Amino acid sequence: MAKGPTVKELLAQAGELGLSLGRLVLRLQAEELETTEQALRLKMLENLQVMRQAVVEGMTGTRRSMSGLVGGDAKLLEERRLAGKSLSGDVLARTAARALAVAEVNAGMGKIVAAPTAGSCGVLPGVLLTLAEETGARDELLLEALFAAAGIGMVIASQASISGAQGGCQAECGSAACMAAAAGVELAGGDPVQAAHAGAMALKTMLGLVCDPVAGLVEVPCVKRNAAAAANALLAVDMAMAGIKSNIPLDEVIWAMDQIGSAMPCSLKETAQGGLALTPTALQVREGFLGNRER
Amino acid sequence: MPVSAFDIIGPVMIGPSSSHTAGAVRLGLMARTILNQEPMEAIIHLHGSFAETYRGHGTNLALVAGLLGMGTDDERIPRALDLARERNMQVEFVTADLGDVHPNSAMLELKGREGLSVRVMGSSVGGGRILVTRIDDFPVELGGDYHTLIVVHQDQPGVVAQMTTLLAAAQVNIAQMRLSRQKKGAEALTILETDQPVEGAALDLIGRLRAVSRALAVKPMA
Repeated sequence: MAKGPTVKELLAQAGELGLSLGRLVLRLQAEELETTEQALRLKMLENLQVMRQAVVEGMTGTRRSMSGLVGGDAKLLEERRLAGKSLSGDVLARTAARALAVAEVNAGMGKIVAAPTAGSCGVLPGVLLTLAEETGARDELLLEALFAAAGIGMVIASQASISGAQGGCQAECGSAACMAAAAGVELAGGDPVQAAHAGAMALKTMLGLVCDPVAGLVEVPCVKRNAAAAANALLAVDMAMAGIKSNIPLDEVIWAMDQIGSAMPCSLKETAQGGLALTPTALQVREGFLGNRER
Repeated sequence: MPVSAFDIIGPVMIGPSSSHTAGAVRLGLMARTILNQEPMEAIIHLHGSFAETYRGHGTNLALVAGLLGMGTDDERIPRALDLARERNMQVEFVTADLGDVHPNSAMLELKGREGLSVRVMGSSVGGGRILVTRIDDFPVELGGDYHTLIVVHQDQPGVVAQMTTLLAAAQVNIAQMRLSRQKKGAEALTILETDQPVEGAALDLIGRLRAVSRALAVKPMA
């Protein structure tokens, strides 16, 4: 498979053309897919609408997962925020509650946008919908931010992996946090170089995270990791906008993630044979769940 | 394999798992497309991780949803087994060892309403993407990313040349091509992945070549 461009190459092109990361990715994709930027924007708008619907649905707190383990937590966090009690602050709580909401809809067989995967689908909506509100960004810019996120995701997919089975949770929630941080910088008015720093800082903190789902289900700890990854991305945006730089460039962080993913044992890559999945509580859940369903 | 922005932000899908749910829908849908009619009976062999965790991911629902013609974003997926019953589609799940294949694999043995039958084996290879690896006894590699022409024909000299000549005349460019056969001179299967759709006269003429018993055009999967 031909390897796609690196982040460094994308930044060079964006600099040369005087484009934001999102607008560059839009232009490259229009060429690659032989279509217009407008058609791509419209297609991305459909994704954005599904993300918004998933937030609304998740906040109702009515949907339960297949096993009954998750559901309703987004609503709890949102209620606390609305009551003005959130200690971590309004923006962070709103971001995390939305990430939980979308991840809960996913666990309950509802409709979501994989971003980059279903297991990590809450991170981008959580971060971007909230930052768009905070910065007053219109949908036009929000769509460009989603293309910026996609561009970073494409680099990760071609240079490393976005699959938990291949790279652990760092490849799913880590990639999502990286993409969300870079896209968040675009919404906040930062430049492509700052976006790459934000992506690098977000991904670095999630390196080594294993995929150890209880009973093999996309529920525990996946749903709450979406909230944590979103919070982490939000912080990376703030750091990058403050002028903080990542000492290791994003391409090299992605390389490191790939190395770590290869070194990670299979028991910690989505097989439910290690980590949280082997705790006594998890084993009990597994037995109960399978037992319930076998008639 | 092409990776586009919409492979990363997308697909829109019913959860919970891109590999165990969305990929499974696509595998079912591709099997139905290859059968080229509505399935009436399906025996679904689940391998590896599909066999172990299918209940929790709704993999069984997803495969049947695909057999019913649904896409990955169809909100009826959670009710697929009931819908199959309503349409008198008989579905049986068995766990199986399909050999040295991807952990997320299944083999679908289908009988259609108009008498055709086919066995389709494939894997969900991540992010909702699939790879069909076997059709009946023919090893294939079919991802559903391209316009695809599936041709069953006699293994004899000149058949490929005849097909590609017709494609060239129709201005169809071939991206990938693979021919496999049971044994020399017996039945063979050729899969052509193309940049343009094969339709109209070109498809018709290929289907009517003397050595060709069946030609099926498949659109790229959404």
